[in-house]
Amino acid sequence: MTEQENASGDDPLALARQLVGALESGDEDNSRRLIQELARPYERELFDELGKLTRELHEALESFRGDSRLVELAQDEIPDARERLSYVVTQTEQATHETLNAVESSLPIAEDFASRAADLTEKWTRFRNRELSVEEFREFARELDIFFEQTGKDTEELRRLLSQVLMAQSYQDLTGQVIRRVIQLVTDLEESLVSLIRLSSGRLERDVEPEADERPPEEDTASREADRRGHGPAVPHTQDSGTEVVQGQDEVDDLLSSLGF
Amino acid sequence: MKILIVDDFSTMRRIIKNLLRDLGFNNTMEADDGSTALPMLQNGDFDFLITDWNMPNMPGIDLLREVRKDDRLKSLPVLMVTAEAKRDQIVEAAEAGVNGYIVKPFTAETLKEKIEKIFERIEAQG
Repeated sequence: MTEQENASGDDPLALARQLVGALESGDEDNSRRLIQELARPYERELFDELGKLTRELHEALESFRGDSRLVELAQDEIPDARERLSYVVTQTEQATHETLNAVESSLPIAEDFASRAADLTEKWTRFRNRELSVEEFREFARELDIFFEQTGKDTEELRRLLSQVLMAQSYQDLTGQVIRRVIQLVTDLEESLVSLIRLSSGRLERDVEPEADERPPEEDTASREADRRGHGPAVPHTQDSGTEVVQGQDEVDDLLSSLGF
Repeated sequence: MKILIVDDFSTMRRIIKNLLRDLGFNNTMEADDGSTALPMLQNGDFDFLITDWNMPNMPGIDLLREVRKDDRLKSLPVLMVTAEAKRDQIVEAAEAGVNGYIVKPFTAETLKEKIEKIFERIEAQG
């Protein structure tokens, strides 16, 4: 900057005197030129300062991009979140169908049971009133035998269908864990965006940095800690699904028996 | 037979409770994570523990380790019923001393089978 001042040659006091002279003589062109010349060193300073700020902003943005969660979020976790939410839709749909199937199978059994009971009740009333002939009574006894046998089968079937409804409800736990994970992702994304906004709004405080230090030093430690806390269900077509994940109870049993269980 | 069911989802606790009742186990209690379960175990006379893994505060694996560390609880049979499906985690649970591991979603038959297997083994060991 000092070189520039020297290059401009004139000392400011001399320039100021010339300016006063020019103003007094009404020489507008000369006055304008002298004013610009007087201001030049300060403009340089402003430009230099601006240049420095631009460089800092650029560096801050670069370093932010380097260790930011945003990249990870955008590249892997957002597409995964989409898969996770699709998994929730599929699971809830499946559970609803299972429940509806069981209900649709149960209703006719209950209706049939009610109508046969009503029929027998009517005959039973006539029997109590001694209105049944011997032949009719034999027929009634046969019907009762069938009814008892059928009732045993029907209630067993109803029990089985109700168990299906019971087990179908496990979707709430499984999808709940997946949704919680997506909520966590949205929270992370929000935090990353907030620091990006803070950065781009020009407040270049160093408080963006510490986050990087808070991260566990090794990926291994981080993944072990994540394992300890748990991940929830492994959703297909996401980072969850890999060879390190078992596909069902049979593989769990195989793994455990290989460990001597 | 007094059984403690630990899961942060009340729906899953109800499902397990119903399945256990079906199997003839009527004396069950519930806790929603490891940190509420542990004092219950220490103060109650539980014979069996069924726990999830992924829970707030104290996850199931930590609860299992606490149980194995506790002199009065260390031989309590523990069955893990969880969606956690990484091989590393199953090995970790085995090393921490779990007695059985069921991965969600599971069937009523699987639960029955694993509980029976655990008791068979305990009886065999005397």
